Amino acid sequence: MKQATFSIWRGDAAGGKFQDYETDVEEGMVVLDAVHQIQATQANDLACRWNCKAGKCGSCSAEINGIPRLMCMTRLNALPLEKPVTIEPMKAFPLVRDLVTDVSWNFAVKKRIKKFKPRPPDAPDGSWRMAQDDIDRVQEFRKCIECFLCQDVCHVLRDHHKHEEFIGPRFLVYVAALEMHPLDTEDRLAELKEAHGVGFCNITKCCTTVCPENITITDNAIIPLKERVVDEFYDPLKSLWKFLRPKKY
Amino acid sequence: MADYQTHEHDVLIIGAGGAGLRAAIEASRTGLKVGLVCKSLLGKAHTVMAEGGIAAALANVDDRDNWRVHFADTMRGGQYVNNWRMAEIHAKEAPDRVRELESWGAVFDRTPDGRILQRNFGGHRYPRLAHVGDRTGLELIRTLQDHGIHQGIDVHMEHTVVTLLKSGDRVSGVLAYERERGRFKVFKARSIVLATGGIGRAYKITSNSWEYTGDGHALAYDAGAELIDMEFVQFHPTGMIWPPSVMGILVTEGVRGEGGILTNKDGTRFMFGQIPDNYKAQTADNPEEGWRYCQGDKDARRPPELLTRDHVARCIVKEIKEGRGSPHGGVYLDIAWIKEKLPNAAEHIKRKLPSMYHQFKQLADIDITTEAMEIGPTTHYVMGGIRVDADTQMTTTVPGLFACGECASGINGANRLGGNSLSDIIVFGKRAGEYAAKFAQEHDAGSVDQAEVEEAARRALEPFERGAKEGSSAEGPYKVQYDLQEMMQDLVGIVRREDEMQRALEGLGKLWERAKRVAVHGHREYNPGWHTAIDLKNLLTVSEAVTRSALQRKESRGAHFRDDFEAKDPAFGSVNTVLRRGADGGMDVRLETIPEMPEHLKEVIKEMQ
Repeated sequence: MKQATFSIWRGDAAGGKFQDYETDVEEGMVVLDAVHQIQATQANDLACRWNCKAGKCGSCSAEINGIPRLMCMTRLNALPLEKPVTIEPMKAFPLVRDLVTDVSWNFAVKKRIKKFKPRPPDAPDGSWRMAQDDIDRVQEFRKCIECFLCQDVCHVLRDHHKHEEFIGPRFLVYVAALEMHPLDTEDRLAELKEAHGVGFCNITKCCTTVCPENITITDNAIIPLKERVVDEFYDPLKSLWKFLRPKKY
Repeated sequence: MADYQTHEHDVLIIGAGGAGLRAAIEASRTGLKVGLVCKSLLGKAHTVMAEGGIAAALANVDDRDNWRVHFADTMRGGQYVNNWRMAEIHAKEAPDRVRELESWGAVFDRTPDGRILQRNFGGHRYPRLAHVGDRTGLELIRTLQDHGIHQGIDVHMEHTVVTLLKSGDRVSGVLAYERERGRFKVFKARSIVLATGGIGRAYKITSNSWEYTGDGHALAYDAGAELIDMEFVQFHPTGMIWPPSVMGILVTEGVRGEGGILTNKDGTRFMFGQIPDNYKAQTADNPEEGWRYCQGDKDARRPPELLTRDHVARCIVKEIKEGRGSPHGGVYLDIAWIKEKLPNAAEHIKRKLPSMYHQFKQLADIDITTEAMEIGPTTHYVMGGIRVDADTQMTTTVPGLFACGECASGINGANRLGGNSLSDIIVFGKRAGEYAAKFAQEHDAGSVDQAEVEEAARRALEPFERGAKEGSSAEGPYKVQYDLQEMMQDLVGIVRREDEMQRALEGLGKLWERAKRVAVHGHREYNPGWHTAIDLKNLLTVSEAVTRSALQRKESRGAHFRDDFEAKDPAFGSVNTVLRRGADGGMDVRLETIPEMPEHLKEVIKEMQ
């Protein structure tokens, strides 16, 4: 049977190194299959996260040959197998062990975002009416599987470590889904500008490139949010009106 | 004595899929201190994999639908061994639970007049499944997660419960370990809700992830709870079969709901020849009528591809066994054919079934808008589970211990209808949370026995001790797990026989012995080998429960099909199999008569015949 070499990062926060493993390669295999095979036969304690193995849960994020991807959706036949395939943990988060990183920051960030606040129901049975056309965009954002690959690839987080000042593409998409939800009545623009740091994004679109759900993160979520913030806080006519309007209002 | 970090909660929920999250939300409403322990990260549980939709008689698409029809469909699908009270509560409360999701931000697909859209699914008389394309489970779990994080629930992610701790008869806490550091922790609680999902990892071909090792079933059983109807394991008719690495991954029933057809290698729609008598009156007898049904024609009857999952899975196995299968040992599921009927079929398919399109394109190089998929049955769901009170979800024998969702049993009987699991978890998750909170309010905290904690921790660490010993007869945990999965697949799978299941029991005896010799290496921090070793006990417990129950039921009913008793036996039609640990430590199985259905429900069944 055909074999391939996988160079997998082993270690923890204290340090580590790439270790090579050879394993059999069958038709149709994905990177996660190879990792499982290695785990079962050569390295029982190799740490990796996974759940659904079908691109739906977003657990098995890693960097494969340097590119942030889901291990379960990366086919081996799409990689050059004549040289070792490198698999390493995401870089934007602290390392726990081997391929597992501490992504708890993401969960803390989400908690800081104001939750969904619907308008009163449209019908006596407590339900609402929404047109499909009006929710298409929100549904695109809600496809997000929270794999955090967009956070991993974003240079504001990865290279500049602005975790305190910037919520990252994942949570800008989350805010966009709330802001564009036809039923939502909350206002998150002030936070977007300040605490969420939407201005840090300089639209390099790396997040859109790595999104396994093909969400148009930059164009459909982040840019419209930037525009809303600009309209609210930087519109010269609006500012002039705010300045000139009678104080009693 | 080790000093373990201790957390105190009023209500502790184990499992953070839809059922656990919904229970936690409900319990937290009372202002009690609620803890949520889960094996993975929040939002990754198996609920995320649910595709087709949530069954609720909202009657948005067909106004003939109501709770009575849903109740009758659920009972018929479960072959009448369901807990009728649970089926009644479920059918009545599901619509409110779905509307509640919308008030928490869920965005379901819409009808032209702006209401929640509903689709057809197997065994449901009317279009009943509220959905979001084919990623309904993701929508549900994310909605509950995003709502739940603002409710003051303490979430402990990547923690695995090793044992339930008791104070006299009732539960008082759990011992768990955190994956990241491998440390043990004690969680004290007045009441505990198990919401741990299924047992799919007991089988080789499965749609379930590594988490589904029957933890809740085994924890409850070990604590003295009863398990019922464990012989009923659902094999979903349509799992991917090629390439080998994707074997078992689910292909939603929604494909058939949207008009997908099953064909064999000769191109025959074999399901037309396989319509059971009790479904003849409501099943189409020609392709044209079936297609009209999928297009929403209220006068048409549903195509035979949308018969219940147990039946469709068996028909597929039959086709394959009789030599009419596809090249890789399955049959064909074809949605591409609808291009004969719809002008923009490719776009339509991509919009209705986006993740199926994506999944096949990426994992199998198949474009489902132009070619047929190859599929075969995959282990999907367990109808059996922890026995609970229908109204409160408290276990029948362990006060303070509750269970909901897949790990609890009753609503589904011998076969679950698609879409009923998502409604089950929100209906009974809510109830479990509500009544667990009530129990916690009415009872003091029990005590935790340190010696019991020490003993459980010591046992959990044994695999490391064996790993440290050189030259022992130890073996790796993965090998034992694989051998178990292989054996259950072969001997206690879709088609069962007395002699094979007896062999499985013998095999299980050997595997129990091997599990005691399993050794692991390395340290305790995030060590999947160790976790696999610990989970083995649970997998073996549920495998034995399935096998012993299956031996007891000497008939074929729903998902339980026996080669040596091919017919349904009315005598078994009124009993549940009940398992409990015996005085000698062995598994006692008995048959128990199902309480008689009250008149008002009997009338509903009669009316819907």
